[in-house]
Amino acid sequence: MNKKYALYICTGCGIGDALNIDKLIEVADEEGAGVIQKHEFLCGQEGISIIKKDISDKGVNTIVVAACSRRVNFDVFKFDGCIVDRVNLREQVIWSHPKTAGEEIDHLQMMAEDYIKMGIAKVQKIKLPDPYKVESLSKKILVIGGGITGITGAIEAAKAGYEVTIVEKEAALGGYAAKMRKQIPIDYPYNNLISPIIESKIKELGSYPNISIKLNTIVARIAGEPGNFTVTLKKPGEQIEFDVPYPLPPHMKLDANGKELDKDKQAEVYKEYNKGKVDILTLDPNGEKFGAVILAAGFKPQTPKKEEVSHLGFGDITDVVTNHQFEELAKKGKIVRPSDGKEAKSVVFIQSPGKGDDSDFEYAGSVTSLVALKQAKYVREDYADGKAYIFYQHMRTPGLMENFYKNLQQDSGIFLTKGEVVNVSKNGNGLIVEADNTLLGEKVKIQADMVVLATGMVPATLDDPVVNLAYRQGPAFRDIGLFCGYVDSNFICFPYETQRTGIYSAGPIRRSMTIEESMEDVTGAALKAIQCIESVNKGVSVHPRSGDMTFPDFFFQRCTQCKRCTEECPFGALDDDAKGTPKPNPARCRRCGTCMGACPERIIGFADYNIDSIGSMVKAIGVPSQDDFDEPPLRILGLVCENDAYPALDMAGLNRLSYSANVRFIPVRCLGSVNVIWIKDALSKGMDGVFLMGCKHGDDYQCHFVKGSELASIRMKKIGEALASLALEIERVKQFEVAIDEYNKVPDMIDSFVKEIDALGPNPFKGF
Amino acid sequence: MTMDKAIPTSANILVVGGGISGLTTCLEASEVGYEVILIEKNPYLGGRVAQLNQYFPKLCPPSCGLEINFKRIKDNPRIKVLTLAQIEKVSGTPGNYDVTVKLAPRFVNENCTACDACTAACPIERSNEFNFGMDKTKAIYRPFDMSFPMRYVVDSTVCRGSSCGKCVEVCKTKAIDLSMAEKTINLKVGSIVWTTGWAPYDATKMDNLGYGRYQNIITNMMMERLASKNGPTKGKILRQSDNKEPKSIAFVQCAGSRDENHLAFCSYICCMASLKQTTYIREQYPDADIYIFYIDLRAPGQRYEKFYKKIKEDKKVFFIKGKVAEVSEDYDTRNITVIAENAVTGEKIKQTVDMVVLATGMQPTAAIDKLPADLKYTDDGFIINNFEKGGMFAAGCANKPADVVSSNQNATGMALKAIQTLVRR
Repeated sequence: MNKKYALYICTGCGIGDALNIDKLIEVADEEGAGVIQKHEFLCGQEGISIIKKDISDKGVNTIVVAACSRRVNFDVFKFDGCIVDRVNLREQVIWSHPKTAGEEIDHLQMMAEDYIKMGIAKVQKIKLPDPYKVESLSKKILVIGGGITGITGAIEAAKAGYEVTIVEKEAALGGYAAKMRKQIPIDYPYNNLISPIIESKIKELGSYPNISIKLNTIVARIAGEPGNFTVTLKKPGEQIEFDVPYPLPPHMKLDANGKELDKDKQAEVYKEYNKGKVDILTLDPNGEKFGAVILAAGFKPQTPKKEEVSHLGFGDITDVVTNHQFEELAKKGKIVRPSDGKEAKSVVFIQSPGKGDDSDFEYAGSVTSLVALKQAKYVREDYADGKAYIFYQHMRTPGLMENFYKNLQQDSGIFLTKGEVVNVSKNGNGLIVEADNTLLGEKVKIQADMVVLATGMVPATLDDPVVNLAYRQGPAFRDIGLFCGYVDSNFICFPYETQRTGIYSAGPIRRSMTIEESMEDVTGAALKAIQCIESVNKGVSVHPRSGDMTFPDFFFQRCTQCKRCTEECPFGALDDDAKGTPKPNPARCRRCGTCMGACPERIIGFADYNIDSIGSMVKAIGVPSQDDFDEPPLRILGLVCENDAYPALDMAGLNRLSYSANVRFIPVRCLGSVNVIWIKDALSKGMDGVFLMGCKHGDDYQCHFVKGSELASIRMKKIGEALASLALEIERVKQFEVAIDEYNKVPDMIDSFVKEIDALGPNPFKGF
Repeated sequence: MTMDKAIPTSANILVVGGGISGLTTCLEASEVGYEVILIEKNPYLGGRVAQLNQYFPKLCPPSCGLEINFKRIKDNPRIKVLTLAQIEKVSGTPGNYDVTVKLAPRFVNENCTACDACTAACPIERSNEFNFGMDKTKAIYRPFDMSFPMRYVVDSTVCRGSSCGKCVEVCKTKAIDLSMAEKTINLKVGSIVWTTGWAPYDATKMDNLGYGRYQNIITNMMMERLASKNGPTKGKILRQSDNKEPKSIAFVQCAGSRDENHLAFCSYICCMASLKQTTYIREQYPDADIYIFYIDLRAPGQRYEKFYKKIKEDKKVFFIKGKVAEVSEDYDTRNITVIAENAVTGEKIKQTVDMVVLATGMQPTAAIDKLPADLKYTDDGFIINNFEKGGMFAAGCANKPADVVSSNQNATGMALKAIQTLVRR
């Protein structure tokens, strides 16, 4: 693209009143802005037609719009085939700073001039992106798990016209849903048990010609990237060369003295550790191609540890069982005691392990409350004089499931009470259940034939990766530590987003769920799988930078195989070869730029966002020295996350909150993309301080790229060395956490940092 | 996206309601490649979640996810958004619907730069329903800080129109047109997803709980606005009667929910919402006593249970199993006494507090105004999905009470259902 530059300045919304526009034009001209025009209402029809005319008449194709924030008028300043950058003179200049025209130092004017220079510098360094296309696109969807969740997912995807393969480790489809006597209702009026729907679902599954079913099958490995996964399937228990290799556990990377082994030695140990397995970069020539994966591997019934529930007799008394064991009994026929096969007419259901705590059993959820109600009804179905007692701390039947609860309360043989079961003991052939603090009285004793514990649903991923990803970062989902082994998402707003692109989990593998919830969940997962495939097909990113056509480009000649990009990518988008050279998988990538921030050789960049484009913006900032002023104003660089901090700064402007005019902001895709070189550039140019401003990290992280702000904070902690080499104080660099709605805190944050820097004194490099 | 000015005539999918569920359905479907029209009756997108301070259990601001969603909308040419729009009529069959939409006038056109000059000039004030009447805006106003689209709107019920016209005079970009009239447009779409959401149950209907009679009894949604930095008190939780800092607060759970006389169902979110709101209070008032009167504390699942556990560590949060029967106000102090029976001990509890929060439930919007389409409803007004028939689907809280996570899962799934209708064609 032969760039033809133009700069348009809007003088509306008070910009023209607060700034010397002619001087801005002069500055822009010096910077080589090419065509320069101003207009008092640039976003209006007339303003836009000026730009359009320049595009058609003068061949303008690289445009800087100096007006309002890029968060507004996005659709107005969009010109096909043109590079457009927005310079935010309104929200972040004139709205957030008092006028200084006519004063000794016109801070506001200097600021606007800097931003104009930065905008021009940026567009000189960026290109229009070309989309990334996978070598060969597969639109087929792999569903892992042949239970109700997987079956529903396969049907839903097939109904939308996609080809599906569903794999099930057992010899038959159906999973847990096929092991039930009856199930909790799945639709309105939600008031009674229903017959299992699994048989009809299996039948329906078989009626789709675009679904193939593979039983006795598990995933050995999934290699490649969305749109082009190469999947090796195998029989359970088999050992094959395409079993996925595991990364070395941390302790194996150390020698006998606890020192980290060198790279070659680690490679050797890795080879030995994964003996018999082909490396992840070797694709299985017989592997099947898939575009996306739905993980619906389900759950295992929880078995509580005997010592934790010894007061409930579990493990000692045969007739104390879990809800899972009770379901098995119920499925077989009339409910009888496991100990002697006698009719179980009085059954006590315990919702909470007790011991002074009102928590439910581990891995429980509202489903366990509902299951207790369901199973209580079994007792009543089997015996006209049967009695079921449910001791709960909190009956959890949320939403419309309240109907089910209410309906079962009508049954005169079902007794429900809040209460803490303190002891279960044998009494002849029967059991005695003792409970405290019940609604029926302080202490209650009940004679029972059986006791059932409302134990939870343990995700299949707790001790098995299941997906077996042939990724350098390892075969499993990350983040499961946060969710007790479930493959859940940490996002409230985006519940299908995890750190593994193109693989969407659904059903009880991500949370304890009912059948209805699982079916609903997997329908969404099927949509996400289809959407990922279609995005890859278009060569664009999926969430959160949906539609972004850029992807990281590597200049491999200068790669030193340090592996930082491979290790730090939140999405595991990079694998590396034996030497450690990264192999990018752009369809796994979410375009956050964490790799770019990590790379010490600075060889990674995007068409419209790279080391040079941001570096040039940094260098375009004017740093006044004593040659210019007796007391030159400070210059501070703020690298701000465009997702949280940038909008917060806009909001501060909108509310006319003001802060130091000595700060220049550069928006970044994510703090993870911040390369230390930008900070060094700023400081060696004489800027007095640098701060990063982005989202919260930790367990409740708000980073849209999961790890970005956390990685940035780790890097900032290590920046001391770099600063020492410049003989600068470590206090000159800081990271601020800000949520998008904390715009009211932003001015204080900035001003107190400026104060700190002021106390340190000017950067000694100033003027060199 | 294309903003209101270019009025569309057809699309693959119509999404009715621009709250979090509608946004999700709209975005997820369009990012597969389908054309979607999103209509919203308010002058802004975001719906109920736009009014929330934080989400449970992460305590993160909803505007964070909305910002990303709005960015996705902005970047997506396949999405058309119509605000101030309501459905008049739907006819046709799956794959082929004719929809009549009424567009209320905004009185502000696309020339609006959100410069705010008009509000300074406007002489009229109106009660701000976004903040549940706890403050006022001018007759021409921006719904809230981050409202999207970022464009002002005139409340024609209070505006004096061209007889005043002060805003028109000061608007440099000629963005205000007080003669703008209602418009009716026709759309052809293949499938429709109803994400019409919910409204807080009208707390004045519960005579015994004193809302509307006693100023220091507020609803949980009002608490969200009070705690929000862009709320009527800039985030400070204060009593309504005298703007004093409350030293004790009681939460009344199931205010209307699980009650045959009001909402027969459980509203799903109120327990977690109150637990969350205890953190708002604790952050501002380290010594405040907090009482939660509940029937069951519904914090199901590992993630919610973990959150509940954390709140239980706060020794000044007291949990009382018992339904509140009545409330009274002390005339001098304006303090509220809550009377309940402890369900476990049977004793009658009287607790006097500075402020009471009613954990009011969610009523489906369709229960208040029936939708002009061939839809089936539960007794409570939730839309029942008929997957056999297809074509029209309800997602999120239009379909059943749910939290944001489940609503979004459901809304993503319904995007696929809407697509299936098109594929089948």
